[in-house]
Amino acid sequence: MIAFNQVSKRYPGGYEALKHVSFELAKGEMAFLSGHSGAGKSTLLKLIAAIERPTSGSVLVNNQNVSVLKKGALPYLRRNLGLIFQDHKLLFDRTVFDNVLLPLQICGFDHRESGKRVRAALDKVGLLNREKSNPIALSGGEQQRLCIARAIVNRPSILLADEPTGNLDAEYAQEIMAIFNSFHQVGVTLLISTHDADMLRNSHVRVIALKHGEIQHPASHPEPVIPTGAGQT
Amino acid sequence: MMSAFNQHLGVMKTALRRMFTSPLAGFLNILVIGIALSLPAGMYVLLQNTQNLVAQLSGSPQISLFLTMETTADDIAQLRNQLALHKGIHDIEFISRTAALEQLGKNSGLDDVIAGLEDNPLPDAYVVSPTATDAKSLEELRNELQQLPGVELAQLDSAWAYKLEALLEFARIAVLVLASLLSLGLIAITFNTIRLQILTQRDEIQIARLIGATDAFIRRPFMYFGALQGLFGGITAWLIIALSLQLLRLPMATLSQLYSSTFTLQALSLSDSLSLLLFSVYLGWLGAWLSVARHLSQIEPR
Repeated sequence: MIAFNQVSKRYPGGYEALKHVSFELAKGEMAFLSGHSGAGKSTLLKLIAAIERPTSGSVLVNNQNVSVLKKGALPYLRRNLGLIFQDHKLLFDRTVFDNVLLPLQICGFDHRESGKRVRAALDKVGLLNREKSNPIALSGGEQQRLCIARAIVNRPSILLADEPTGNLDAEYAQEIMAIFNSFHQVGVTLLISTHDADMLRNSHVRVIALKHGEIQHPASHPEPVIPTGAGQT
Repeated sequence: MMSAFNQHLGVMKTALRRMFTSPLAGFLNILVIGIALSLPAGMYVLLQNTQNLVAQLSGSPQISLFLTMETTADDIAQLRNQLALHKGIHDIEFISRTAALEQLGKNSGLDDVIAGLEDNPLPDAYVVSPTATDAKSLEELRNELQQLPGVELAQLDSAWAYKLEALLEFARIAVLVLASLLSLGLIAITFNTIRLQILTQRDEIQIARLIGATDAFIRRPFMYFGALQGLFGGITAWLIIALSLQLLRLPMATLSQLYSSTFTLQALSLSDSLSLLLFSVYLGWLGAWLSVARHLSQIEPR
């Protein structure tokens, strides 16, 4: 599903965020991306969504090399990804409902069908009763759940979450993790970056550990067997 | 199909809402565009009207041939034959000096003065109606007739009308220059409005890009905004012109009555009105397009 092959990323100015990173994430697999801030977690996620381009190496998503995608093809890649941000990136000039509606509008969904989908997504994150509120009125945890609702509303096969529990209390973080687990169970591929040690200890999920832009071996859990390789099509 | 239509309708509503989020600013923009458009368009209407007026007043052109005092009846007859054979002339009228004097007496009310004259000071004359109507061939014909034996003076009656027409041509070019300049101004206004909008919607544009919006999707509301603003500006310009003409109509009617003319002010025709609206929509659209092309690419998600 996602494969990094010898990926390096050097930012203008010489800072090397990632160094020769290689890993694969199978379809339906869930993994944590761990490391201190500055270890390259955000950069790695941005490379998958082609928000940044690698300096060298290749990033494959669904067997498609996204590092060489044309600008015009990026929107269609991103529609297949659900992105969850630490700072939520919500729009405060519209209701909770309209925030979740945005991805469907972008894809040109039928009006009635999209209403159903928005409510289903809000229901899944427990915000159905807040659909008419402005997101500014929501708590941090609720805003994060709203961000998740927006990421899943067009049913992407891959979810990428950048520090989704970074600013949240342990209780809220638990809720968010429960939501992610439910997606994992229905076959969504998840990659979640975190520096929350508790979260890593308490789960039995594969961890990809980054340190100074390099993958740390051995990982804290044995690597699962990967059914589909990046080279196969 | 229906969904695409609804989508465009939704985008249009969004554009309208944005235009009037601060109603005063929205209306002022539209007013500025309306005034800028109404200047050249209004001058065009006035030009059109002046042209009608000139055409009405000048009528069909005539050349008066005043003969020398020494001409005999033979000369006059010979000249008639010559004129009758000329290709550029379709009608000739002879006005004898005595008839001319009577006419003068009748028209001017100077009967007494004329009765007191020892001699008739007026010459015999031919009034010639040329087939050509354009200023250049008329002038050529006049020069040619001037050379005929027995002709003292050949005078083009509606020379002033042709001079005025030449002047109108000059005015037409002036209007064209003004229209081009103000069109540029209009594009600039839209360009700037859209630039400000893009800046205030920076977050939304970035987020939309992150969740898979195409450039066309992001561009669309701005293009609609520009086109709608142009449309409203065009309507404003049309109203300004219609209102001004309405104000001018009464004094114009009095004036034309004084000159015993049937001239009335013509408003913008349907096709001219449509051209005005289409042109203003186009200018708004163009301004928005330029602005979007320039500014949207600078906003990339990070």
